[in-house]
Amino acid sequence: MKEKVELAMNAARRMVPALVNGRPQIPYIGVGKYQPGGRKAAPPVRTTANYPDDGDKRVPDLETALRKCGLRDGIVISSHHHLRDGDSVALMALETAARMGVNDLVWFPSASFPSQKGAIDLMESGVIHHIEGSMNGPLGDYCTQGKMRGMGVLRSHGGRWQAIQDGEVHIDVAIIAAPTADPFGNADGSHGKSACGSLGFALADSTYADHVIVVTDNLVPFPCIPWQVQGNNVDYVVQVDSIGDPAKIVSGTTQITRSPDRLRIAEFVARFLRDAGIMRNGFSFQAGAGGIALAFVAYLKDMMKEAGVKARFVRGGSTKYLVELVQEGLTDYILDGQTFDLDAVKSIAQDPRHVATSPFTSYNYHGKGNFASMVDAVVLGATEVDVNFNGNVVTHSDGRLLHGIGGWQNCLAAGCTILAVPSFRDRIPVIVDEVTTLTGPGELIDVVVTERCIAINPRRRDLMDAVKGSSLPIRPIQDIKAEVERICGGKPAKPKLGGRPVAVVKWVDGTVLDTVWQVA
Amino acid sequence: MRVGEAGHWGQDIRSDLHVAVEPRDRGGVYITLMSRVKTYYGDLIRGQAEQVLDVLGVKHAQVTIHDEGALPFVISARIETAVKRAGLGDGQRALPQKLALPDASARDRLRRSRLYIPGSEPKYFINAGLHGPDGIILDLEDSVHPAEKDAARILVRNALRAVDFGACERMVRINQLPLALEDLDEIIPESPDLVLIPKVERPEQVIEATQRIQQIKTKHKLNRDVWLMPILESALGIENAYKIASVSAQIAALTIGLEDYTADLGVGKTTTGAESLFARQRLVNAARAAGVQANDSVFGDVGDMEGLKQWGLNSRALGFEGMGCIHPLQISVIHQAFAPSPAEIQKALKIVAAFDEAQQKGLGVVSLGSKMVDPPVVQRALKLVARAQAMGLGPKDAQKN
Repeated sequence: MKEKVELAMNAARRMVPALVNGRPQIPYIGVGKYQPGGRKAAPPVRTTANYPDDGDKRVPDLETALRKCGLRDGIVISSHHHLRDGDSVALMALETAARMGVNDLVWFPSASFPSQKGAIDLMESGVIHHIEGSMNGPLGDYCTQGKMRGMGVLRSHGGRWQAIQDGEVHIDVAIIAAPTADPFGNADGSHGKSACGSLGFALADSTYADHVIVVTDNLVPFPCIPWQVQGNNVDYVVQVDSIGDPAKIVSGTTQITRSPDRLRIAEFVARFLRDAGIMRNGFSFQAGAGGIALAFVAYLKDMMKEAGVKARFVRGGSTKYLVELVQEGLTDYILDGQTFDLDAVKSIAQDPRHVATSPFTSYNYHGKGNFASMVDAVVLGATEVDVNFNGNVVTHSDGRLLHGIGGWQNCLAAGCTILAVPSFRDRIPVIVDEVTTLTGPGELIDVVVTERCIAINPRRRDLMDAVKGSSLPIRPIQDIKAEVERICGGKPAKPKLGGRPVAVVKWVDGTVLDTVWQVA
Repeated sequence: MRVGEAGHWGQDIRSDLHVAVEPRDRGGVYITLMSRVKTYYGDLIRGQAEQVLDVLGVKHAQVTIHDEGALPFVISARIETAVKRAGLGDGQRALPQKLALPDASARDRLRRSRLYIPGSEPKYFINAGLHGPDGIILDLEDSVHPAEKDAARILVRNALRAVDFGACERMVRINQLPLALEDLDEIIPESPDLVLIPKVERPEQVIEATQRIQQIKTKHKLNRDVWLMPILESALGIENAYKIASVSAQIAALTIGLEDYTADLGVGKTTTGAESLFARQRLVNAARAAGVQANDSVFGDVGDMEGLKQWGLNSRALGFEGMGCIHPLQISVIHQAFAPSPAEIQKALKIVAAFDEAQQKGLGVVSLGSKMVDPPVVQRALKLVARAQAMGLGPKDAQKN
């Protein structure tokens, strides 16, 4: 594939392709600038006359279900990552499609994982044309090396909902892995041997896809209570022996880091929230499941207890550490986007204060508001952050795909966005002059916390004033960069990126924020 | 000709590198570089390798480097070690760029915590100072494999030159004599603030070390103090505690190594330390008699913070001024344990105020309310207030009670 790709410069001064997989694109024009028009997409109208009166939508196997859904060359098949690296349903469906002889599929996962590297063979053999969704590990390398036929499209969790809802991506067949389901297609994630908690990532697909297949290894008689996916949106139900490897679905071992450097970062984050006055009665925060995020919750918990402060809600990435907050009365609610460990899965199944949310409620930017902007503070990671506070979370500094965007972009809407990062990793400085791949505009990133010190975005005068008199080590971001470059023995050389786009990074409104270039 | 190898590489290795130097008769120096950070620092690493090899006088060799993101001072050290192991570069040193030396440390400075770092693990060096122990010990002794002593010595030497340890006292634990003499030759020119001498049983051991240190200092025209902390780790060492503590004016503190001491006694080591109570009290008494600090051993269970706290409190009550730590997480617990309590500070401040008042009025007797305060009590209060100030604890902390 050597065709010439037309490029345009966007408002972030990044060159982005005008056409992606045959669809015209709108270059990013700034935060809050793009005004969408038109109406939402919708699946075809159906009639109950075509579905069994007894509600039994079971078919013998995935092949039958795919055939009945009109499997053919070139269609879009979606899947979800609520089973994380333990998922076996997505590949099962794609390999079934391969056996049925179709080609040029677009795979539209909410995220892909290393255990799905079998998709490379399917791209090599022509079954999959390209992947639209996060790619890392072997799939990321395959894409960045320019071997994928189409262009990768990286979206945030909210951006994926937006793209489906706005009709940018039309899903022909959605495959939903369900830890529990009934024959009607009602499905739940909090029970069953493969329980994973929230099924929020699958809700857009269940609503907007032409055809929906629920795959379960725990079929219960109607009704499946509670249900997260409504059977009224489901075409077929397939029963299998196993939808995944429970050991990889929830690790059960999400532990606080023992790395002293990371603990120091976590403690700084908690102290910052306290000293800046963000930690107060009725506040809210979001934390993920990384080592620093877990440790920060542990430090903040002690400070909340000491100050007698209670949160109204916390958002996760839920783990036992958030569950403890609700159980010890330190928060009224957990609004859960993804459930990471066994304690959290158990809690979401049993505790009405622990509520499953979806990218629609939490993150979708093309809605009548979302939860992300109502959160007081969020703690995130990044691979790079530049002196203008722009963040990169999708590629290594050398341009190779590393992570999906996840909820990262959406979370930047919080009242105070904190990036908690080491100042360098293996001699590679994290604070740079300019990020390799722009994933989050600096105007939305407020604080960078490293093991050496804390930098506050000069746009946030209010935060600077709030922590005046605090004993925290606060310094300009350029200072940290200079110190780290001294330690590392000089500025790192700029990676030489190729001139051919292999993927684009979408902003939360569907415009194109940056390009991922082929790496030799 | 033999191939000289040094350092480590592999997927799980961080901030280190492996160097293989294969001497040749001709053909110049040929460097093969594989590096995790090649995109960013490949050219700099190659340039540094060429420069180090040049300084060491290597003219013809095949040099293979597997780098896992090592910092420059580590790269120099590993290349130098590999060159020397290949039988080249005799007597030459490839010294990295030197940072400005921090202020010299005072003999009686605060030494609540001293953090042990294995001298062969560069990844622990760089951020050690951030965690704020009073001292950082770059260890050449027990944490370093006998086959790695030469490598650790060069690495520690380079770290003393090139790593910023902040306000921490820069300490090195040398090996037992006679290996210690080679350690001193390498590190003393880089002005460590304090040297820990292990397994001291007789004053002569300290004398031998001090003589070597003085020779090196004279040769390099250095007059900055290098304080000593002998470690007593046997029954005989404890019996000779006073003689050892008073043998040199360079001794700043005595400490005890409980693993070896309990082994020498043939008893188990417990978390209460009952078996070493005599030895530790003896050591405190000898140190006081000689006018030096007494420092306690380490608490080995990193997971047991409550046990550590109890040990620290007990240790302070016995008269120790600090102890060792083996993980940065232990530092703040130790600092809290060795800090005077708010009530103690408050009481001492009152006594000091009464003392100041008496001085101003020219009174010979200090009194607090209706009670007379004895001179030793005043002295202890003055010392406690000074210590509290050094720890950053002021009247505010006293009132928090």
